[in-house]
Amino acid sequence: MAKKPEKKEVETTGHIWDGIEEYNNPLPRWWLTTTYLTIIWGIGYIILYPAIPLPGGATPGVLGYSSRAEVQKDIDEVNERNAPLVERVNQLELAAIASDEEVGGFAINGGEAVFKTFCAQCHGSGAAGSPGYPNLADDEWLWGGTIEDIYETISVGIRDEANYDTRISQMPAFGADELLGKEEISTLVSYVGSLSGINGAGAAEAAAGEQLYLESCAACHGDNGEGDSFGGAPNLTDAIWLYGSDVAALTETISNSRFGVMPAWSGRLSESQIRQASVYIHALGGGE
Amino acid sequence: MGILDKHGVIERNATLLMVLSLVVVSIGGLVQIVPLFYLENTIEDVDGMRPYTPLELSGRDVYIREGCYVCHSQMIRPLRDEVERYGNYSLAAESQYDRPFQWGSKRTGPDLARVGGRYSDKWQVDHLKDPRSVVPESIMPSYAFLANRELNIEFIEDRIRAEQMVGVPYDQAMYDSAKSDVLAQLDPYSDGIDGLLERYPGAVARNFDGQPELTEMDALVAYLQVLGTMVDFSTFTPDESR
Repeated sequence: MAKKPEKKEVETTGHIWDGIEEYNNPLPRWWLTTTYLTIIWGIGYIILYPAIPLPGGATPGVLGYSSRAEVQKDIDEVNERNAPLVERVNQLELAAIASDEEVGGFAINGGEAVFKTFCAQCHGSGAAGSPGYPNLADDEWLWGGTIEDIYETISVGIRDEANYDTRISQMPAFGADELLGKEEISTLVSYVGSLSGINGAGAAEAAAGEQLYLESCAACHGDNGEGDSFGGAPNLTDAIWLYGSDVAALTETISNSRFGVMPAWSGRLSESQIRQASVYIHALGGGE
Repeated sequence: MGILDKHGVIERNATLLMVLSLVVVSIGGLVQIVPLFYLENTIEDVDGMRPYTPLELSGRDVYIREGCYVCHSQMIRPLRDEVERYGNYSLAAESQYDRPFQWGSKRTGPDLARVGGRYSDKWQVDHLKDPRSVVPESIMPSYAFLANRELNIEFIEDRIRAEQMVGVPYDQAMYDSAKSDVLAQLDPYSDGIDGLLERYPGAVARNFDGQPELTEMDALVAYLQVLGTMVDFSTFTPDESR
């Protein structure tokens, strides 16, 4: 409670406005003390830390603090603590990491962190993908599902112009480049659809479609449509379709082709991070 | 009390009060403004920085027009978690050709300072058209209309001139070829590509949105794909004293 201003021991300032007088109370001691303390604190800060900007750069302060050195120290500290684990992850055979007693858990958890940070935007936080972005939890692999294949794909990316070793496959755009006519493409769509049992094809259509398929598609996708993960040609006989399996989607794919791009991660992630991500993705369930 | 008792003089003389107020305010102003005269030495020299290509600059204008900065920052702070998630902390030099800078003050979405090259063009287009088609958890609005809006490059030379006036080192050749550079960056096999790469080393030319027309989507994706890619951090040594 504030003191009642009844006791007249405090002088007034002598000002009178319309009969109102003003007490000349001193500033509260706690307030004044706090003010002086902040000034002392400020002087101490200027001495200890970088503070006053001058033409040659800011005054450095006697503690030699720098935010860059600080973050580097934080990072080094963690790296140092993880060094033995990271070294073991880098030395082991890729396939042996997951079951390794020492670093198996570290690699899977580390890989999950990498996946959630860098991969989930396209492949989904549960790795289920979305149209145009492959599901990594199933057993269909465009470029191979062994842990070494996965490692290679993460490292060099797919059709990443900035990476010299990137994975490239180039399916012709049969419609846009006028390699096939509209009717031929339509026949081919029916035939390709029948390979995986999406639709049936009449005997005549099937025969014509097979002929077209063997001429135009079999070199990469195989005589029976089984695909070829070495060349990045998907399996056409299962129910997994990256860009959709209805007539419109298949027609679009055959007419204009599809060129999905995945960035190469070798420049952004460390060797160990890529290995951990490979282990994690391989362990999602579909790894070969 | 001496001088302290004299305040009545100031309070009774409006002109004196105004003059002395001005003196006090200018001291405060000088303390804030004078260090800006030495701005040059707060920006360390870094290899690789170049002005934006006309297409990237147009994309940047779309970025600002659509208010992307309201939810996305472009400023990776020197903290371990940020460096691990986004990459090397941002350098002053990386914003030296930004007028105004896009550091932002709030992250409803992630930081974009190093988003360039992190995702494919197709992903950027899909994501701008319908963010939830690729990231179901996203709350970002759709910007599908950008793919249907032709990019207006009628005033691109004036735009370059404006950047020149505020000190971005665009030269006369860049000014003269601004329009053709926009078109050249959309087609890596065009005639203008050599000139573009000579004027803007390291520029990436592609059909960014996958459509034949020149759209605002092309420009925005070109801008997003260059963010944070100009400085090669494998050859960069930080100056510890900063």
